[in-house]
Amino acid sequence: MDVSLLIIQTLNGLQLGLLLFLVASGLTLVFGILDFVNLAHAALYMVGAFICATLTYALGNFIYAVIVSLPITAAVGFVVERFVARPLYARGHLDQVLATFGLILVFETLAHMIWGPAGIAVPLPPALDGQTLLPGAIEIPTFRLVIIGAGLAAAGGLFWLVNYTRLGMLIRAGASNRTMVGALGINIQLLFSLVFALGAALAGLAGMLIAPITEASIGMGNSIIITAFVVIIVGGIGSMKGAFIAALLIGLIDTLGRSFLDDLFGLFMSSDAAENAAPAVSAMLIYIIMAGVLAFRPQGLFPPKVR
Amino acid sequence: MERISRQDWIAIIVLALLAVLPPLFLSMGQSFWMDLATRLVILAIAASSLNLVLGYGGLVSFGHAAFVGLGAYAVGIPAHHWLYGGMDPIATTNGFVQIGLAVGVCALFALVTGLICLRTRGVYFIMITMAFAQMVYYGIVSIEEYGGDDGLVIDSRSEFPGISLDDPLQLYLLAWASLVVVVVLVRMIVNSRFGMVLKGGKGNEQRMATLGFNIYAYRLVAYVISGAICGYAGALLGNFTTFISPEMMDWGRSGELMFMVILGGAATLAGPILGATVFIVLEEALSSWTVYWHLPFGLFLILVVLYVRGGLTGLLSGKKED
Repeated sequence: MDVSLLIIQTLNGLQLGLLLFLVASGLTLVFGILDFVNLAHAALYMVGAFICATLTYALGNFIYAVIVSLPITAAVGFVVERFVARPLYARGHLDQVLATFGLILVFETLAHMIWGPAGIAVPLPPALDGQTLLPGAIEIPTFRLVIIGAGLAAAGGLFWLVNYTRLGMLIRAGASNRTMVGALGINIQLLFSLVFALGAALAGLAGMLIAPITEASIGMGNSIIITAFVVIIVGGIGSMKGAFIAALLIGLIDTLGRSFLDDLFGLFMSSDAAENAAPAVSAMLIYIIMAGVLAFRPQGLFPPKVR
Repeated sequence: MERISRQDWIAIIVLALLAVLPPLFLSMGQSFWMDLATRLVILAIAASSLNLVLGYGGLVSFGHAAFVGLGAYAVGIPAHHWLYGGMDPIATTNGFVQIGLAVGVCALFALVTGLICLRTRGVYFIMITMAFAQMVYYGIVSIEEYGGDDGLVIDSRSEFPGISLDDPLQLYLLAWASLVVVVVLVRMIVNSRFGMVLKGGKGNEQRMATLGFNIYAYRLVAYVISGAICGYAGALLGNFTTFISPEMMDWGRSGELMFMVILGGAATLAGPILGATVFIVLEEALSSWTVYWHLPFGLFLILVVLYVRGGLTGLLSGKKED
């Protein structure tokens, strides 16, 4: 096994894990506080990427585009909360799933109408576009390091926001007992809208960060949203800590599984059999792990204490 | 003699219309409508199987497309090996073997995943069923022999003595007869003691447990039955389209099946059939009108969820569900 390949793939896994955390944290925040299952989170991820792509060309710089796109994506989330999510809070999860499924269709078609059927590539500024030399003569695209840095910064910011600010205190209180928070004179409606907008901005940020690598495209959110669901199931729905740990775990396992599973299988079966089995198993690996976790802990690894 | 309710009458009328109209269209040379009706009837079988767990059992499965896909591949894979060699034990075009394989594989998949899924509740159940379906999706995608992402062409349909599925009318009649059998079967199940326990678990799980019922076991059996029926629908769908791909088990397909059930009316016999009918006709009408048909379709879905409680059957029979 090649050590530098192992380091590169570990960094790639970390990058995937942090992107997953950005998507999953919004999902788990909205579910924990609003008791609302939001499939359309995938659409917000896509919307973030498309808005950022457009603004990159309009403003001429990817970084400015991200800064301007964040509040716009949050605003989209705010509007979605007001007109689609709010009437559904009192309904069952089934209705929420179906309505937000419809919302995905609406958003994807709107994106198709506005931006066309093809994906939009997002150019990076020269400073971020090259390779960075790590110790041990390992070359890695600079932008991947930027994603890791931005993901860690966002996670840290979120941790600070939830644990050390007044808004965060209200969010935690709302997750424990929203009726009580409302009774104490807090504008719970506004709190919900803000949480939803925050989740949208986080999903949008993940979309913006991945866009220069994969380009902004319709349906880009559909694969990551399922993985994000796996993350919050494994972590425990509603738990921010669980989402963070599970996201890194899933990101690393998925990436490392895809590159090293055939070597691992080669240790105890013929190399032909290993080559045939490895792709199938590595594609299903995170689901197998999810099943394993749920078989022993149906509430996930870190279930929130009060629900 | 059991009382035949208004809801049963709706089911009988819809099934009768489906028996008469499509062959009539075919005799007028409108084979397009025949194709549409075949797809509709097959999806109605799948939706009915979902309705058994979702409507009557209160188990919101977001992964039923996986059963449809597995059922279709249970037809496609033996046919593929029959033509190109390899995997001798299952290389056949014998319809009984293929259907048996479809039903068996889906029942087994439902049993194994159900053992884990049913330990969870509410939104966990929704997401874990969805994740297991996605697991099958990625599993099939990664097997290159069966076409991976590109899918697999079924060169030879299932063979049964005396009937030829290459004839659209015979295929349709088989699908229609299967739908009738499934509807009768579902009605028998939900009116039996077993069905009463299942419905009781939906209403109040704790009460059923206190009454001494092992609700987990009842749900598992219902889930396995549902998966097996859905796999049968998948085998028919494979025979109808003669082209199968992992896209059949995309989570969007699972969402569509759920929508059919809710649109037509969950926990009603006619609901899944009505839902599938409106769904297919609307999809066809909108997509021939504009390429952006997902926009009005998505809005329609949102409006139905927000404002039509009890689905179409609820509207027709004038009785509020819930």
